[in-house]
Amino acid sequence: MAQRGIREYDGKKMLARYWPEYISQKYSYPGKVILITPTTKIEELPKKHGWLKKEKLVVKPDQLFGKRGKYGLIKAEVPFTQIKKWVKEKMNKEITLGKVTSKLTHFLIEPYVDHQEEYYIAIKTNRNGDTIYFSNHGGVDIESVWDTVAEIFVGINDDINSLNIERQLPKDTPPKMKKTLADFIKGLYRFYIELRYAYLEINPFTISNNTIIPLDLVARLDDTAHFEVGYKWGDISFPAPFGRRLTKEEQYIKELDEKSGASLKLTVLNPKGRVWTMVAGGGASVIYTDTIVDLGLGDELANYGEYSGNPTTEETYAYARTILDLITREKDSKNRSKFLLIGGGIANFTDVAKTFTGITMALRDYKKKLIDNKVKIFVRRGGPNYQEGLRIMEELGKELGVPINVYGPETHMTRIVNMVQKEKKGG
Amino acid sequence: MAKNKPDYILFDKDTQAIVFGYQQRAIQRMLDFDYICRREKPSVASIVNPTREGWHQCFWGTEEILIPMYLTLTEAVKNHPKADVMVNFSSFRSAYPTSKEALETKNIRTIAIIAEGVPELRSKELIQIANKKNKWIIGPATVGGIAGGAFRIGNTAGTLDNIISSRLHRPGSIAYVSKSGGLSNELNNIIARNTDGVYEGVAIGGDRYPGSTFIQHIMRYEKNPEIKMIVILGEVGGTDEYDVVNALKKGKIKKPLVAWCIGTCAKVFPAEVQFGHAGARAGASQETADAKNQALKKAGAIVPASFDGFDKKIKQTYTKLVKSGKLIPKPDVEPPRIPLDYAMALKEGIIRRPKQFISTISDDRGEELRYCGITISDVFKKNYGLGGVIGLLWFKKKLPKWATDYLEMVVLLTADHGPAVSGAHNAIVAARAGKDIISSLVSGLLTIGPRFGGAVQGSADHFTSYLYRGEKPSFMVKDMKSKNVNIQGIGHRIKSVTNPDVRVEILKKYAKKHFPNTETLDYALEVEKLTTAKRGNLILNVDGCIGVLTCDMLRSIGYSREEIREFVQLGILNALFILGRSIGFMGHIIDQKRLKSRLYRHPWDDILYMMPKKPDEVK
Repeated sequence: MAQRGIREYDGKKMLARYWPEYISQKYSYPGKVILITPTTKIEELPKKHGWLKKEKLVVKPDQLFGKRGKYGLIKAEVPFTQIKKWVKEKMNKEITLGKVTSKLTHFLIEPYVDHQEEYYIAIKTNRNGDTIYFSNHGGVDIESVWDTVAEIFVGINDDINSLNIERQLPKDTPPKMKKTLADFIKGLYRFYIELRYAYLEINPFTISNNTIIPLDLVARLDDTAHFEVGYKWGDISFPAPFGRRLTKEEQYIKELDEKSGASLKLTVLNPKGRVWTMVAGGGASVIYTDTIVDLGLGDELANYGEYSGNPTTEETYAYARTILDLITREKDSKNRSKFLLIGGGIANFTDVAKTFTGITMALRDYKKKLIDNKVKIFVRRGGPNYQEGLRIMEELGKELGVPINVYGPETHMTRIVNMVQKEKKGG
Repeated sequence: MAKNKPDYILFDKDTQAIVFGYQQRAIQRMLDFDYICRREKPSVASIVNPTREGWHQCFWGTEEILIPMYLTLTEAVKNHPKADVMVNFSSFRSAYPTSKEALETKNIRTIAIIAEGVPELRSKELIQIANKKNKWIIGPATVGGIAGGAFRIGNTAGTLDNIISSRLHRPGSIAYVSKSGGLSNELNNIIARNTDGVYEGVAIGGDRYPGSTFIQHIMRYEKNPEIKMIVILGEVGGTDEYDVVNALKKGKIKKPLVAWCIGTCAKVFPAEVQFGHAGARAGASQETADAKNQALKKAGAIVPASFDGFDKKIKQTYTKLVKSGKLIPKPDVEPPRIPLDYAMALKEGIIRRPKQFISTISDDRGEELRYCGITISDVFKKNYGLGGVIGLLWFKKKLPKWATDYLEMVVLLTADHGPAVSGAHNAIVAARAGKDIISSLVSGLLTIGPRFGGAVQGSADHFTSYLYRGEKPSFMVKDMKSKNVNIQGIGHRIKSVTNPDVRVEILKKYAKKHFPNTETLDYALEVEKLTTAKRGNLILNVDGCIGVLTCDMLRSIGYSREEIREFVQLGILNALFILGRSIGFMGHIIDQKRLKSRLYRHPWDDILYMMPKKPDEVK
């Protein structure tokens, strides 16, 4: 992994914790934020956080997606009683964002801040350094006012304090705010670097009475830096992006993957699709899926899946069974053939015949169902002992009475997708 | 660094590398590649292994060679000034400091970083240094790269079979850059089957900030007259492919470039599915594979409609070059044979060899350690205990509870007998002389024998030899007397019939209650009746009791008399005593060390000095 999103809550908490150290002694950020999870006892919160009962509040989901206002998912300037009611209504409710439907599970509560100015700041890493984006016109879709954004470049290992930030602020910056803003930018950048953020956007933040309040924050950390600065991050999580709830089978493979040193992945795209894949290797699995789509079989593409990193026979067996079960669960509505691509590139050092053992075990188990569902199997693989692997597969096809066509490295990796396409055309 | 080498060549037939990290297999794979390329010198000049220096023994074809191994890169660089590549196998934690050190040397010009998970900021710092110094980084998170017939980075291109079938043991005319290392085998294969083969292939790695990018290698290939055609395999995410687009637009790339970016399927996924690579996250629309493929095509690259057309495009492009006379196909050559590795041949069942060593009690291979077939987790789950483990490892039996309890009793009873006995005394003296725990323990154990502690063994021997021969107890007493041998296990310094040893009482009571068979004990007690009639302290002592009871235990669990004699002869009873008493010895040693006891010196006044005035003179 690398850059991974964190919750707004964690970002703000971290900001508050390191505020005096990196950002400002003069201006403060109290960091009043609370995260509500499905197990939070909302009733008991005011005991610990007295301000909940004293201030007007804001609540919104904290699940790594934006445009919450647009989706009507922000409740602002209301007392705690209304917040409670709102959260109870929304908790565990399914919502649809674009093409994705999933549950609301995490919410963030903070004080409502009455404010005038709204500033925009974002820091992005790139190959040669980092770019800071700043505008005096935050709080809106920043793309629509992009001409008000100043871009400030900071090279690798450049000392931000030696840069003249004030001069690089947008022309419309009020002169009396220049120093305050420049100091904040410098501080925030130090925070960003020292804590190894990979992306940080605060849109907007506001300044009043010696406080600077980030109202909305999006952040990603470079999780590979964990061994260097993880102790500074504290107890944070990297939640999965807001995504479709996993199906039973996907969940099962995910758990298998987490327990294993190998990599096992499964996404079911269309359980009624007729083209299924079970591909060895991350890159190869992407190429097979690409080719299925690019050759116009996208509507029939049933899944995305990958196994790699030398899974044990038991693991491959469990993985193959899961896929075979999905393929043979329901006959095609028009009783047409289904296709399974057992694909892969050329293995480096893993014994191909051995990796096929788990698959052949599963195929045996599903003999009848494979025949009933008219499943045609195409195998393509290379690498150590591939001849033996292909021979086993071919023999198995004859034994089971299931068409299994096998190809080695002499056949272009994705040619079996092409063959499926032709078969499909043929009927 | 060879002075006459042009800048665009990173690897040739003379390139030598320093391998950082003791990756024995990868090193052998590099050398095997060298051999089939008929290189004159091995491509590995030396190894840096921070935990061991010396020599690494490895194969060079059929012969064996030694490669020097140093603790530090400084030494390696000093002794091998011609090595200008470092293959860095250090972990994600140390990849940064070690690569930085290499960048700062004078000699090393190219570094391949294999580790996955190098922090982005660290990669960026390394890139900055490399750019300043005009050096090359390949990776992180890569398998490396390969130059046909010249040089192989680590494990690139897989097995020798695969290398030969991809004709990588000689150079071709096509160079490629791929982001993915996993697909480099496939690229080698595609290129070998559709052209005259690979001149060089580099996998720049899947990170967001690869140490070197597509365009950097492409410009190198552009300058190299041996390379006639370039292939790139990019992917969704990042914008590095646009540097290639821009260079194409500016006419900087004149050689035909066949390109494809993988991840075109991203559009059919409902949410963003994270593919394997750290860099593969399509955020902005220009980072999608479709956008990149289109841009590359528009800028003049040869881009197929799908990956399925990749091989055909490569073939067409190659054929055109050959027809136009711009490319003269490089010849094929026969590679020398490399003998099959012993381990490989064994695995494939081609060879066999009698084992030099047999073990029938335990096995540490496989998922879990096993004692005589019992997994270590079952040893705990099923409460084997110390006695049960002795049963498994000494007798290869799952013993009943009465027997394991008995063995544990013996260990407890024999654990110590105070500091004054020979063994403990020796252990203490050694400990006080500042010797380590092993030397002190052994010093104590070495006293165990016929006079000290040996009675367990001796009694088992004496009693069973008469009992099993069917002799009467009275005969045994008489016979031993006539041979002038004391019966081992009989007699105590203070204890007597009227003042019995409580340890013996415990043992006897236990055996009578639990042992199915106590024939040796019964026999010994008959002997005791005769000996105590002579003198009250000639009782069966604790050593004797353990000796005979252990024989009875063995008999009770099903061993024949012959087998028991065999056990006795091989010293299993001594073993039991040694096992128990080691606890006590170590206790005394630890005790002395904690007391910080000083060197022991025997007092003069306790020694009777009887030295003669002068020696007898032998004439």
